[in-house]
Amino acid sequence: MSLNQDDVKKVARLARIKLPAEAIPAMITELNGIIKFVEQLQEVDTKGVEPMVRVVTMPLPMRDDRVDYPNLQREVLSNAQEADIAGNRGRYFVVPKVVE
Amino acid sequence: MSLESAMAIAAEPQDLIEGATGKWEIVIGLEVHAQVLSQSKLFSASATAFGAEPNSQVSLVDAAFPGMLPVINRFCVEQAARTGLGIKGKVNPVSVFDRKNYFYADLPQGYQISQFTQPIVTGGEIILDLPEGQSKTIGVTRLHLEQDAGKSSHDLHATKTFVDLNRSGIALMEIVSEPELRSPEEAAAYLRKLRSILRYLGTCDGNMEEGSLRCDANVSVRKPGGEFGTRCEIKNVNSIRFVSQAIQYEARRQIEILEAGGTINQETRLYDSARGETRAMRSKEDAHDYRYFNDPDLLPLELEPGWIESLKSALPELPDARSDRYVHDYGLSPYDARVLAAEQEFSAYYEAALTSGATVQRDPKIVANWMTSEVFAVLNRLNLEISQSPISAAHLGELVDLISDGTISGKIAKEVFQAVIDGEGSPREIVESRGLRQVSDSGAIEAAIDSILAANPDKVAEFKSGKDKLFGFFVGQAMKATAGKANPAMLNDLLKKKLT
Repeated sequence: MSLNQDDVKKVARLARIKLPAEAIPAMITELNGIIKFVEQLQEVDTKGVEPMVRVVTMPLPMRDDRVDYPNLQREVLSNAQEADIAGNRGRYFVVPKVVE
Repeated sequence: MSLESAMAIAAEPQDLIEGATGKWEIVIGLEVHAQVLSQSKLFSASATAFGAEPNSQVSLVDAAFPGMLPVINRFCVEQAARTGLGIKGKVNPVSVFDRKNYFYADLPQGYQISQFTQPIVTGGEIILDLPEGQSKTIGVTRLHLEQDAGKSSHDLHATKTFVDLNRSGIALMEIVSEPELRSPEEAAAYLRKLRSILRYLGTCDGNMEEGSLRCDANVSVRKPGGEFGTRCEIKNVNSIRFVSQAIQYEARRQIEILEAGGTINQETRLYDSARGETRAMRSKEDAHDYRYFNDPDLLPLELEPGWIESLKSALPELPDARSDRYVHDYGLSPYDARVLAAEQEFSAYYEAALTSGATVQRDPKIVANWMTSEVFAVLNRLNLEISQSPISAAHLGELVDLISDGTISGKIAKEVFQAVIDGEGSPREIVESRGLRQVSDSGAIEAAIDSILAANPDKVAEFKSGKDKLFGFFVGQAMKATAGKANPAMLNDLLKKKLT
């Protein structure tokens, strides 16, 4: 498998990474190098072997349904690039208008 | 169920839409998002309460701070499994959480934790209650657990969107139907029944206004029995009525395009309830490559078959079983049975009215009639919920007792019913205080009849010469003479005897 220019552009768009046109050829080479490296794994015969997606064999830990968390409104919002903390309408994260 | 069998399902003839080129059939599949009625979120211990101050119920997990790890809420798993069992689905002993990747301002993680290839529940069915006691079974493809996103408000500022993450991370059950619905009415019936089941189970409050139950509709049209057409998805419609309206509009829009020689673009559309139309939101092929993969933060969800069995045996009686019981045990019509079983609160009231304070067995049909006609009419008129009913279930039962034992007639009972609504006391008290006890003393009734007959010799003669209609006149007069309290059956019998 190898990626072409369109694949790289698409991956960049999906990841919201701005990729200047002149950077694309180098990126194609680099990404294809990574894919080639990983492709070595395909030499292993895995016929009849269940895919292993995790290395630990333990049950999923679960918790009880209890509210046990302080109100971190101030702290959580303090990290936002922009927040409306005047609070006349409540305290919100603020982002450029995204209307569909 | 396979796509082929879904395709084979035909619309009822009256549900076909007449276009310029002939009849069209609507094909609908619904995706319902139901918030699990839990105290805390699916993967964090912050609260889920509706209406809290924005961003006051946000943990570092919900806000996707680096390094935070999700820990699943056992109760949410249990509710999803119970819901699956309630719709007769198969709860899978192993299911897996995946990341659905997309960027949006109210999704801080940049992905939604969901279940893609291995959902917690596979299969299931919803039985639609259709008019005239008809029903139709619709297949459910799957139910899976996932996180809700935050809430964006676009109307608080001219150039900005405001984001509240209180909803971020609340557990959702996404319930997907097979594309087997064929009319807006069937879609509405599907939602009503699903909502009823969720509320019986207590797994979701079903509140569409507050968004704890949301519906996306996939709509396409085809020539009857033909191949499925290209579908559009109508997002987040927030009432059952709007879902019907949106489907109706969307089907007509697609038919117009197709009949004009155009093609349907597969896209997501938004229903504008103010304008009664759908409009394009975003084009699917561009933004939606979700790149699902197993969430490495979460191990597979493994459920013991014994545990699943114990949940199954502890399920409450659900609406279909309850309405069947009303039909078989109580002799109600399927229609009345379904109305009473549709809401848990209705059937609780009904069953209380049957038994509360009863010394003799009450006739289930009479109680059902009083409830579906008089009680519902009052609730409608006063715009009240059944829990706020101005006549208690026990009082309705008492009223039925008074009719059954002959203390009052059905006609007087309506007067007593109104007096109870007006707060004058219990039916028994009202009958006593207003002196409404039915006259079942044959001597008293006979005396009333005799005086009526004596005062109207001409009418008696007319009746005897064949004017049968006058019988009603005598009944009316005798009733009037007894202030409406004469036992109607006795009055009829006695009058017949006197006139022959």
